[in-house]
Amino acid sequence: MHKVIIIDDEPLARSIVIEYLQHHTQLELVQECGDGFEGLKAIMQHKPDLIFLDIQMPKITGFEMLELIEQPPAVIFTTAFDEYAIKAFESHAVDYLLKPFNRERFDKAITKWEEQKSKAPDKSTQDLLDAVSLSPSQSQRIVVKNGSKIKIIPVHDVFYLEAADDYVKVHTQEGYFLKNKTMNHFEQALDGEQFVRSHRSYIVNVQQITRIDPNEKDNHVAVLRSGARVPVSRSGYGKLKEVLGL
Amino acid sequence: MATSPLREKKFLLAFIIFWVVMTIDHACVLYWFGMPLKAAMADSAISNILLLILSLLVINMLRFYMPRGEQHVNIFALCLILSLVWIFTLRWLLKISIGSFTVGYSTLLQQSIPIRFSIGFLLLGCITLVSILWFSQKEQKENETRKADAEKLAREAELFKLRQQLQPHFLFNSLNSINALIGTRPEEARKMVQQLSDFLRGTIKKEETQWVTLQEELQYLQLYLDIEKVRFGNRLSTEINVADEVLQMKLPALLLQPIVENAIKFGLYDTTGDTVIRIDASVENHHLMIRVQNPFDPDTASPHHKGTGFGLQSIQRRLYLHFARTDLLTTAANGTIFNTIVKIPQGKS
Repeated sequence: MHKVIIIDDEPLARSIVIEYLQHHTQLELVQECGDGFEGLKAIMQHKPDLIFLDIQMPKITGFEMLELIEQPPAVIFTTAFDEYAIKAFESHAVDYLLKPFNRERFDKAITKWEEQKSKAPDKSTQDLLDAVSLSPSQSQRIVVKNGSKIKIIPVHDVFYLEAADDYVKVHTQEGYFLKNKTMNHFEQALDGEQFVRSHRSYIVNVQQITRIDPNEKDNHVAVLRSGARVPVSRSGYGKLKEVLGL
Repeated sequence: MATSPLREKKFLLAFIIFWVVMTIDHACVLYWFGMPLKAAMADSAISNILLLILSLLVINMLRFYMPRGEQHVNIFALCLILSLVWIFTLRWLLKISIGSFTVGYSTLLQQSIPIRFSIGFLLLGCITLVSILWFSQKEQKENETRKADAEKLAREAELFKLRQQLQPHFLFNSLNSINALIGTRPEEARKMVQQLSDFLRGTIKKEETQWVTLQEELQYLQLYLDIEKVRFGNRLSTEINVADEVLQMKLPALLLQPIVENAIKFGLYDTTGDTVIRIDASVENHHLMIRVQNPFDPDTASPHHKGTGFGLQSIQRRLYLHFARTDLLTTAANGTIFNTIVKIPQGKS
């Protein structure tokens, strides 16, 4: 038996998946969830083999929920209309069902999952998430997990980002949060007018800068409103001057 | 092509009276100078008919050829040449006609040539000037009409487009719900198909500039709300509080539904609990005031919702196109409740 979880905010959308699932006796539905928070909890608890995941959901999107999971399970996305996401699906080998879908199409997705199960699906899911998180609607906020709590940080609340091994520290008013993405990813995803890579290991929110002081040798340091001091390399100084119009 | 000023009744009448007066006056003057009455009348008739022909020629020519900028010199030259042609033809015509039977006519004719020429030239000049003014005014009017027409067309097209922005997301999700209902509750599926059809028909058939009563708009809104309630189940509920006296007030068609749609989306996607949408309408200073409330989470609301989100931008634009005002749509956050307030000036239909 394989464990399945359905995550969709519309009850009827879940019921159609349940109906179609009845024809696949090797799959056992362990839980259905109405939003990403419930979904995340259920995934942690049940460690399902496969999830059906809607994208537009309350508070956090399906993508944002997946980002919070260390080793996401195999995913079949179910969505009605999301131009950006569909483009991302087509270029990555994760299956997706466009609502409304019929049983044949559903069965095909299950067959595809069973065939791929033996291979490593994690990689393609990760690629997909990277691709999707560059979409304009996804780069307005950063969703992080803080212990068992989920925190949604609007990007304008971010002071600066700092590289920390495989993670990035997202510094805010309430301290920092860890996110398992790369600096390059954030440099690409965030609005370049607001966030500048001031240093190999730092991306700073220019709206938080109160002054830029010279530091030892050629380097500078950006002093933020909070008092934090963010290193600025020589090339980073050039970029900052350009964005600030100096 | 501009119409000739002579097509205008008033203008034509003035034109005819002018020429009759001119002709009589001309004959009288000659009679005063001692010419026999018959000869004076013949002289006047020949002179003025010839001049009239040339005037008509000038008017008609300006209909097709309007001088621009420096070309006005050409018009002056033309008047001069036409006057010269007129005076020489006239002199010859009068000599062979009246000159042959009237004693002492030749002397009088010879002496009066400069005066005749001056008058003819001035008259042609005046007629040219008036024609140019007439035609340029006509042209300007036409341009203005065309511009106004083009603007109106563009405005209507834009309104049409803004109204047609039916969310594909809504449509596909509704179809998905129907698909689910078919298997388990076919009667409800049938009902929802009907509601969805009525709703879609409503978006198609209404004229973009049409005004409807609040009552009609609320009926249409109800279709939408019923569909959304099937989709979201118990999470979504609505409270509509509208006094009877405002039901007959008017607003542009299909204005309310997108505002409520925006509120529902905002409420449903920004919170995880139950979403209550409140709609109330009242009168304030001759404005129909509609307030739509939805819950939201001030800590995590996406920044674009803090201003007016996309759904509201198109409403803002539509209100501007209808009323040329930008202050009719306002939003305000009050704790965890988000208010969208729209004011519709009354007294226009």
